[in-house]
Amino acid sequence: MSQRRRYVIRVVALVTAILGVNYVAWRWLFSVNWDAWWIAVPLVLAETYSLIDSLLFGMTMWRLKGRGEPPEPEPGLTVDVFIATYNEPLDLVLDTARAAQAITYPHRTWILDDGNRAELKARAEAEGIGWITRSAAWAGMPRHAKAGNLNNALEATDGEFLLILDADMVPSPDILDRTLGYFRDERMGLVQTPQWFVNVPDDDPLGSQAPLFYGPIQEGKDGWNAAFFCGSNAVIRREALMQIGIARYADEVEVGVHRALRTAKEVIEQARKDLGPGDVDVRRALDEIAYDIARARRDLDRGEPLFDVTYRFQKRVAATRRTLVDADLRALHEDLAIIAGLEQLGEAPDMSLATIDETALRQLADREWSPLGAVETVEALVRSIDVDRGGEAQAVMPMATISVTEDMATCMRMHGLGWRSAYHDEILTTGLAPEDLQTMLTQRLRWAQGTMQVMFRENPLVQKGLSIAQRLMYFATMWSYLSGFAALVYIAAPIVYLVFGVLPVQALSTDFFVRLVPFLVVNQLLFFVVANGRPTWRGQQYSLALFPTWIRSFTSAFGNVFLGRSLDFAVTPKEKREHTGYRWDLVRPQLIAMGLLVLALVVGGVRLALGHASPFGTVFNMVWVVFDLVIFSVIIKAVRYRGFEPESAEEPAPAPAVARPSDQGAA
Amino acid sequence: MIEFDVRTTSDNIGVVVPRGRLNMVAARELRERLTGLVEAGTTRIVVDLAETTFLDSSALGALVAGLKTARQAGGDLRIARPTESVLTVFKLTNLDKVLRPRDDVESAFHG
Repeated sequence: MSQRRRYVIRVVALVTAILGVNYVAWRWLFSVNWDAWWIAVPLVLAETYSLIDSLLFGMTMWRLKGRGEPPEPEPGLTVDVFIATYNEPLDLVLDTARAAQAITYPHRTWILDDGNRAELKARAEAEGIGWITRSAAWAGMPRHAKAGNLNNALEATDGEFLLILDADMVPSPDILDRTLGYFRDERMGLVQTPQWFVNVPDDDPLGSQAPLFYGPIQEGKDGWNAAFFCGSNAVIRREALMQIGIARYADEVEVGVHRALRTAKEVIEQARKDLGPGDVDVRRALDEIAYDIARARRDLDRGEPLFDVTYRFQKRVAATRRTLVDADLRALHEDLAIIAGLEQLGEAPDMSLATIDETALRQLADREWSPLGAVETVEALVRSIDVDRGGEAQAVMPMATISVTEDMATCMRMHGLGWRSAYHDEILTTGLAPEDLQTMLTQRLRWAQGTMQVMFRENPLVQKGLSIAQRLMYFATMWSYLSGFAALVYIAAPIVYLVFGVLPVQALSTDFFVRLVPFLVVNQLLFFVVANGRPTWRGQQYSLALFPTWIRSFTSAFGNVFLGRSLDFAVTPKEKREHTGYRWDLVRPQLIAMGLLVLALVVGGVRLALGHASPFGTVFNMVWVVFDLVIFSVIIKAVRYRGFEPESAEEPAPAPAVARPSDQGAA
Repeated sequence: MIEFDVRTTSDNIGVVVPRGRLNMVAARELRERLTGLVEAGTTRIVVDLAETTFLDSSALGALVAGLKTARQAGGDLRIARPTESVLTVFKLTNLDKVLRPRDDVESAFHG
């Protein structure tokens, strides 16, 4: 990238920041209409949100990095190519696998089949393509979706580098030749390349392409060593991945055991309360366990290693359990004696029931089968005071499992341990984008939910090991997903003015416009110089028009992380769906918003005609409403889209090397 | 290259001695050897690292996987005699904070 371009971008970014801060500071200090606080405060908050978004964007662009020609790869590296699949059509998976096989740099190709399909296995192996499915260790364990699938494959393979591909991402033969060279830097952990889709028309009605994200945004993050993994089309150094897996394991067993020890007292006391008066043996066992837990805590406090402390603890509990079982066995023998007595009774009817020990009979009825096993909470507690991760298929999970989109969390951990990443801006794979609105909405929701989960669980702003800039770069992506809340306000504010005549600012004065308009203009100019000819409009539209999706991602991820609710996670289907009429129901909130906006235009016009409203304020807000409607018009286009039809019957033309249709900050 | 010596002591403790470079290629064999011991009924295992010249995170992964298998069978896996350079790899991942390497194989399961 030329020095001149970088210089221009920096000047525009700086001017945008100055004008933006100037405008928003003035808004807070001098122009909030506190009498109408219920709309004025949300509006100034939304504007502050947008300013921060713009500042983070400017910071991203400050160090825009163009890597140009990649270094030559070293010869003789070992590479595993992973094609992750769950339920995609076999032909689609095999097409990708064949293309992967044809990659020129020596490598092995593996289909990671989470669907465990015998036919896929047979067809893959017939063509000499490796096939991996979950090992027996996963039976009955949490599966962790794609992250689990990749973790399972990591155990079954041993290449130094991994190329990760989604089932629909067909690689070009030179993908490894163009990316492995970056690993000459021995601290390089990951190289990400763009995701580009072949089945998208030029006007990209569903906003599938992300030319701004897979381009300037990733290149800008790259400048701060924060380009991140997007789940597919990336090469990863196995050592980096394994190292974060081990570090995470060491951390998590320590945190997990300490947490279990802290709650132990409560759990045991509760269990003791729930016991009947007759459970003398169990009560004694609980006392012993409580004593052992106290001892384990003391040992840890004295600095004894966690592995040794947990081992001794488990041994002692095992002994306690054995004592209980012995007692049980004794009781069982007594029971058998009673039963033998009863049988004798049956065989010798002249014997009276009175000869059987009545108390023994009663005990037989009352006794529980497995005394300690019945106290489930205590068993669970004991299990969690160990380092074996008994509730997981693998003790070490290199690919992060805290989010439905494993990529960002994994990469953040990698950066946290000091590994570097690179973004190589060259299209080396061609994929398939969703072709209908419903699938597209599901996919965007999934990405947004994943990002929100990471924000709640491992907020980048507080991650040790990341530089301040890296923290902000990760946070910037999360921040952009909060746009749904701002969108609500940007819809409501002009409606409120046109319908009720309530102005959220003190006056639409010269002061106001002199501050606002230049900021808006340079902000668009920044987009323009950064995009450098790439289309950005679709992305800007969708970042507001999908406001219900963004809001839902926030609320559902919040419910999932803090309240333990399900996310309603769905895998994005890759095949075309049957056309079943326009799905206006999927965009009802947007249609309602558009209806209200149109209504506001009408009411505003009437109020103006009747002399109830100021001409200037009305016209200003009408322009705002029309802008909102133009933004939302993409929704109509999306609902009416009937899937991709190539212009001729031939194969779609190969992707041009630089041209990319539109964007939304995709990952 | 790598070689594994595997023996079982008279009190049924398995001793595994990896000689050479314990890297991602060797990690799988190490994991299989450890699992093999546990499946054959030897649940207490010492991995003697005195002759391991190099160890990477994949090898650490194999050790942790072996530990999981051994613990779930009621036993344990312990590390003995790592060299300075090998110990560095433990430190990079904070594994040294939770796991104490033993000074010799014989006493690894005493105390």
